[in-house]
Amino acid sequence: MALTLKDLINKQIPLNGGHRMCGGCPVPVIVKQVLMSTDHPKIIGNATGCLEVATTIYPYTAWNHPWIHNAFENVAATVSGIEAAHNALSRIGEVPEHNKDAKFIAFAGDGGTYDIGLQSLSGALERGHNMLYVCYDNEGYMNTGIQRSSATPIGANTTTTPIGSESYGKTQSRKDLLSIVAAHHIPYAASTSPHNWMDAMKKSKKAIETQGPTFLLYFAPCIPGWKIPSDVWKKLSETAVKTCFWPLIEFEDGKWSLTGESKLIAEGKMPKIPVEEFLKSQGRFKHLFTDKNKHVIEIIQKDVDKSWNYYKGLAGY
Amino acid sequence: MTETKKGWKDLPIGGNILEAGNSQHYFTGTWRTYKPITDLDKCINCLQCWMFCPDNSIVIKDGKMDGQDYDHCKGCGVCAAICPVKAIDMIKEEK
Repeated sequence: MALTLKDLINKQIPLNGGHRMCGGCPVPVIVKQVLMSTDHPKIIGNATGCLEVATTIYPYTAWNHPWIHNAFENVAATVSGIEAAHNALSRIGEVPEHNKDAKFIAFAGDGGTYDIGLQSLSGALERGHNMLYVCYDNEGYMNTGIQRSSATPIGANTTTTPIGSESYGKTQSRKDLLSIVAAHHIPYAASTSPHNWMDAMKKSKKAIETQGPTFLLYFAPCIPGWKIPSDVWKKLSETAVKTCFWPLIEFEDGKWSLTGESKLIAEGKMPKIPVEEFLKSQGRFKHLFTDKNKHVIEIIQKDVDKSWNYYKGLAGY
Repeated sequence: MTETKKGWKDLPIGGNILEAGNSQHYFTGTWRTYKPITDLDKCINCLQCWMFCPDNSIVIKDGKMDGQDYDHCKGCGVCAAICPVKAIDMIKEEK
């Protein structure tokens, strides 16, 4: 199947309209990109989070796939259990022929992945289940009222790292989840961003078709959490990639590589723009553009450069 | 939109939702402040708006873009912001 918009528009959409995600939220687009990248029958697990809460408000569901929610911390364990049950039922001939090649996909936010669900994710990766885990990273607990998570970047204003005379927001840097996941030596892991839909869908297709546990880390701007207008997320995610705040990385069979804009930047074919460009359009970083907090932008730039140089090195540039 | 809710005798066992994707019957179009209006003569059918609409509110007819589904469109303005030929305008909604 070719990934062209002309083909895709004729397929059934995985997540119907009428769900109650915020107007302009990129997460439904992420779901669309992941699930429409292949034609396999799919079973979806969802950790607690915006996506779970807002798409399944009783008596409605937006999902056109079999879907399960269990708890905040155990989506990886739930989906790996479904996969194991599917295998057991297949062995005794209880699974109909058209569902034999079903794929198992877990969706979770950064709270359910970086923090609360980390041990169940690690367990599922270690056991080697044939599943894809998708983390949409909006850099905080946005659904419960914008608390900091271990994915929140330095300097961000959240309700648990509030700005004030003594504070410029969060003081710690983000957790490098992709490296943690890759350290399980799984066959495929990647980071991607919904603005580059071709890159995202190619990675999703590869991740779904790869045998064994796979992982996708998606950039997901949050309208209320980042205090941005509802129509800018595509431009903003593009800026995040071009500033190398969010590099597009692929980890396949033990080898690291860069894709999309990040590859062009590493090869010197596209300029790397200062992280200030990414920060200035967001309300959560507004306080950094005062005389008192100017030095924090330098700290963020150093942090971004450190992580970018690390991944550039891994990819052999 | 407001309907009488079912009692426990009418609900499916376990409170299951038996129809897939039935959120279609819930109209989020009432959230809208700005309404996208498409100039179909300007539209080049690149279908980018279909890919980036979070509410699946881009109507496709015979493989071509045919305006928005105002029952579900929340008026976020993503389609207007990304349209390469500026064929979509956001107009203040009038009740």
